[in-house]
Amino acid sequence: MSDSDTEPTATADEPEFDGPMIVAKGLRKRYGTLEAVCGIDVTVERGEAFGFLGPNGAGKSSTMRMVAAVSPVSAGELRILGMDPATHGPQIRARLGVCPQLDTLDMEISVRENLTVYGRYFGLSRAECASRADELLDFVQLTEKASGTVEALSGGMKRRLSIARSLINSPDVLLLDEPTTGLDPQARHLVWERLFRLKQRGVTLVLTTHYMDEAEQLCDRLVVMDKGLIVAEGSPTDLIQAHSTREVTELRMGVGEHDEVATQVKDLADRVEVLPDRVLLYTDDGERASVAVHERGLRPASVLVRRSTLEDVFLRLTGRTLVD
Amino acid sequence: MEMVLRQFDYWATTYRRTWRGSVVSTFVMPLFYLLGMGVGLGAFVDDQSRSELPDGVTYLEFIGPGLLATMVMMTAMFESTYPVYGNIKWTKVYEAMLATPLTVVHVLNGHLLYVAFRTASMSAVFVVVLAGFGIVDSVAGGIGALLAAILIGMAHATPVFAYSARLKSDSGFAPLFRLGLLPMFLFSGAFFPIQSLPDAIEWLAYLMPVWHGVELCRNLILGTGDWGADIGHVGYLVTWIVIGWGLARWSFGNRLAEGA
Repeated sequence: MSDSDTEPTATADEPEFDGPMIVAKGLRKRYGTLEAVCGIDVTVERGEAFGFLGPNGAGKSSTMRMVAAVSPVSAGELRILGMDPATHGPQIRARLGVCPQLDTLDMEISVRENLTVYGRYFGLSRAECASRADELLDFVQLTEKASGTVEALSGGMKRRLSIARSLINSPDVLLLDEPTTGLDPQARHLVWERLFRLKQRGVTLVLTTHYMDEAEQLCDRLVVMDKGLIVAEGSPTDLIQAHSTREVTELRMGVGEHDEVATQVKDLADRVEVLPDRVLLYTDDGERASVAVHERGLRPASVLVRRSTLEDVFLRLTGRTLVD
Repeated sequence: MEMVLRQFDYWATTYRRTWRGSVVSTFVMPLFYLLGMGVGLGAFVDDQSRSELPDGVTYLEFIGPGLLATMVMMTAMFESTYPVYGNIKWTKVYEAMLATPLTVVHVLNGHLLYVAFRTASMSAVFVVVLAGFGIVDSVAGGIGALLAAILIGMAHATPVFAYSARLKSDSGFAPLFRLGLLPMFLFSGAFFPIQSLPDAIEWLAYLMPVWHGVELCRNLILGTGDWGADIGHVGYLVTWIVIGWGLARWSFGNRLAEGA
């Protein structure tokens, strides 16, 4: 991909839009009687990497489908690149790249054909499709697989091909719905690295994830969704500051001792959480808490002092109950 | 139309990958039917009841155009079942297309156009084979039958598109084939004049678009019949296409806009 492809440049017949890429106000999505998105306000600026975090069923994918201008808005206001998806769906979609949660690649045609055929939907000439396909295959490191079938690709390769396909029209905004779900660690890191490079080139990234490390790696700003609502918003560090402590001390005690231990150490931390296998002490100085625990004569089987992560924020905000 | 043609490369690529597999069903099978029923059974039928067939035609002449119409019906229906259902449920080809500037109507028309191409190419071969048997009355009649075949294909494809796009499970295709396609094939008037059937079934046959297709193809290929009747048949087929397309549009919109 050449720089001119990704630099946001204005053309004569299409004046460059310079407001926020996505603006949602009171956005809602209903399916029959079920309300999946219950009124959210979101603004995504140009060049930003923006994340929607939340457990399954939080309304992330429904939001993404509305933003992708494929699912009609039930209520509220939504503007993408300054346009209304209800009236300008095709114009909006022409400038978006969409990498869906489940790959929608065509298994019956070759890896390269998946790109060239797709480029035609955007009205690109065959020559443009061919040259962009080659550049993108190189970008996602699939050049060697170009003439093979999609079926022969691993999960990580399919994901990279999906990402390449979503870039065929040099989009202003790239929407990624759980880009690394189901991938092994090597594949995830390769996807992250490619996405980071896109971000550096000025492509606005909007992604959903339930991996906290993914959000911390990629997102400048994110919202945490739960049950169709936004429960927190900010940069990863802001969110940790606002909703957790700097550090966490994890104590593993004998079976059945946890509740008793929790009452004994209650004053050593800002917040104490009892889990079936651990007691968590949320504190700004985990080492000191650990020393204090020992001074009280408690002998945990193991002690782990770690930095607070988005995962702590996430679990605090959305609870530990399993969501199916 | 430009938006529909943007899908040309996709369907052309798919066709290049799959056409070999469809050669037997679309080109060789009709020939077997013609040889087996037209020539083989025909020799027997013509001996017995030549005078029974309208316009005093031979059985091969009677069944040839009828086979064209029914084979087109079958191809169009098959092409509108699993391929449509699969593109929604399994391969998600439509979903991928709809993430681009294409709309539901573009996607629907693109796939219908592909089915039209499939039925037209099959019909062209079939008409040439019929000409080889010497039963095509005129070039204009042959071309007319080819156009009629496209109408027959679309009259069956559009409502089946609507049906396939509504299905939640592919088990819904069994009743379509057994209770829909099979009786339509048998009572289409392709193999015997439907006047031989009990009155109730005869009237049912008049309602089926395929009977009109069979009659239309027969009139055009053999140079029999009259214009008034032909215009009626064309009108009836077009009515099915218009209603079928409306249903397919509604069904596609419902299913794809919410990405079930």
